[in-house]
Amino acid sequence: MAAPIQRRNLWGEALLLLLICLFCVFPFYWMVTTSLKTQVVALESPPVWWFTPTLANYREVLFIDKVGPALINSIIVAVCTTALAVGLGTPAAYALARFEFRGKTDLWFWFITNRFVSPVVLAFPVFLISRELGLRDTHLALILMYLTFTLPIVIWICTDQFRSVPPELDEAALLEGASQWRIFRSICLPLAMPGVAVSSILSFIFSWNELLFAYILTPKAAKTAPAMAVTFMEGYDVPYGKIMATSTLIVVPVLIFALLASRHLVRGLTMGAVK
Amino acid sequence: MSFRVPRRTIAAFLGPAVAALAIVGIVPLLYAVWKSLHYFNLTKIAQQRFVGLDNYWAVLTDPVFWQAMGRTALLFAIAVPVQIALGLMIALVLHRPGLSLWKTLTRLSLVLPMATTYAVVGLLAQVMLNQKYGVINQMLGWIGIDAINFIGDPTNAFIAVVLWDIWQWTPFVALVLLAGLSTVPPEIEEAAKLETKSNRTILRHVQLPFLIPSLVAVLILRTADTLKLFDMPFTMTRGGPGSATEFIAVLIERVGNRQFDIGMAAAQSIIMLAITIVLARLYIRLFYREVR
Repeated sequence: MAAPIQRRNLWGEALLLLLICLFCVFPFYWMVTTSLKTQVVALESPPVWWFTPTLANYREVLFIDKVGPALINSIIVAVCTTALAVGLGTPAAYALARFEFRGKTDLWFWFITNRFVSPVVLAFPVFLISRELGLRDTHLALILMYLTFTLPIVIWICTDQFRSVPPELDEAALLEGASQWRIFRSICLPLAMPGVAVSSILSFIFSWNELLFAYILTPKAAKTAPAMAVTFMEGYDVPYGKIMATSTLIVVPVLIFALLASRHLVRGLTMGAVK
Repeated sequence: MSFRVPRRTIAAFLGPAVAALAIVGIVPLLYAVWKSLHYFNLTKIAQQRFVGLDNYWAVLTDPVFWQAMGRTALLFAIAVPVQIALGLMIALVLHRPGLSLWKTLTRLSLVLPMATTYAVVGLLAQVMLNQKYGVINQMLGWIGIDAINFIGDPTNAFIAVVLWDIWQWTPFVALVLLAGLSTVPPEIEEAAKLETKSNRTILRHVQLPFLIPSLVAVLILRTADTLKLFDMPFTMTRGGPGSATEFIAVLIERVGNRQFDIGMAAAQSIIMLAITIVLARLYIRLFYREVR
C-alpha cells in the first residue's frame, strides 16, 4: 500500500546519491579534461567543455619537464619505505600481539602518537642532519623519514591482524619445538597476509602523497612528483594543461590503490579507532 | 592470549622497529629542541649563539604566530561543523536500506577525495577557482553570480581554502559516521522505527549515543590534521595573499625555509608539538582503553 510513496522516496534518494557522487568526482573529471587541453584552449574564458583532446601536455611533462624521473623517484621512495616498514613492523606487531612484557602499553601509545606529529616539526632538524651526513637530496633520507608514518600504520594494522590468528597454532608449533622466529615466519605471517597487504597499500598511498619532507629534503635529483608539481606554479604564465597532466599522473595510481583498499582507508586514517 | 617469552626474544622482534622509529622520530626532535635554544639563522651561521628560552618568549609574544594559530582555529571552527553536518547527512542516506548498487558506487567515490595527493588538491583549486578561466566561476555565472576573485582577495582566498577543506574531508567524516551508524544494533533500530516515524527522534535518541565515539574521533583527528595542514594551502596560495591563508604549518615552513631562521621555526614547532601531544593523549585515552 505504501509502495508509491516508497518509490518516490527512492527517486529522491537516487538523485541525492548522484549529487554526492558528482560532488566527489567532478574535480577529477575537470583535472583530466584540462590535462587534455592545449594552453590556448585551457585559457578560454569562459572555460570550454567540448574540445579536441591532445596528449601533448603528457608528452611534454614526461619527457621535457622531468616529471618522468620524478615519478620514478616517487615509486622508488614509496616502494622502499613500504618494504622497510613491513620488514621492521611485522615482527614488532607480532610481539605486541603475542608477548607479555612491561611497558607494552607505553610502547603502543608511542607508535600511535606519531599519527599526530606534524612533519613540519621534524623537517628542519632532519634537513640539517641530512646535510651533515651527506644525505641531502637522496632517496634514503626520504625513505627513512617516511617511516615516521608508515611504520606506525603497519604496526597498528598488523597487530590487529595477528590477534585474529588463533594462538593455539603457536602453542602447537612450540610443542613441536619450533623457535619463535620460525612460528612467526612460517605460520603467523602467511596467515596475516591480508593485514600486510592493506597496510602496504596504505603506506604506499601516504608516502606517495607526502609533500613537505620531499619539498625540503629533495631539491633536485631525488625530487618526488608532488614536489615537482609545486615548481610549475612558480613563474608568471601558469601552464594549466601541464599542471593538470602532472596532477593526473600523480593521482591515478593513488586512486587505484585507494579503491582497492577502500574498506580500510578510513581505518588507516583513524589508526583503527573506526573499523 | 599472551605468551611469556625470554627478554631476548622480545628485544629481537621489537628492537629494529623501535630503533628505527627512535632514529627518525626522536633524534630529530631532540635536535630541534636543542636548536630552539639557539639563535640560528642559515644565512648568518657565524652569529649562532645560545639564547636560552629567548626564542620561545619571542614566539609566545609574536602576534604573527598567534594570528596564524587564530586562522588555523577559525578554519577548524568553520569547516569541521559543516563537514559533520554534511557528513552526517550523507551517512544517514547511505545507512538506509535499498539501492545497494548505487550506494556501493557512492561509497567508492567518497574514498577518492581523501586519498588524493593533498598537493594536487591545492593545484586543482588554482585551476578550478581562477577568476577568468575557472569552471567554478562559470557555474556561478549560470546561476547569476558574478565571477569571484578567489585566489587574489584575502577574504575570498580564506573562504576558498575552507571550501576545499570541506570538499576533501566531508567524505572522510561521512565514512567515519557511517561506520558509527553500523554499530547501532539493528534490532534496536527496528524497534525504534515501529515506535516513531520521526527520523529526527531516532537520530537523537537511538543513533546519536552510538555516534559519539565517531564524532569524538572526527573532532580530534580533524584538529590534528588542521594543525598539520600544509600541502593544500601551500600549493593553492602559498599562504597569501598577504598572510590571509598562512596557517600554522605554512608559517613555520616560511620562517624555517624562506627566512632561514631555524631556531625560531624550531621553537614554533615545539610549541605546536606540545599542543599536538595533549590531543594525542586524549585520543588514545578515549579510543584504546581496551588495549592492555
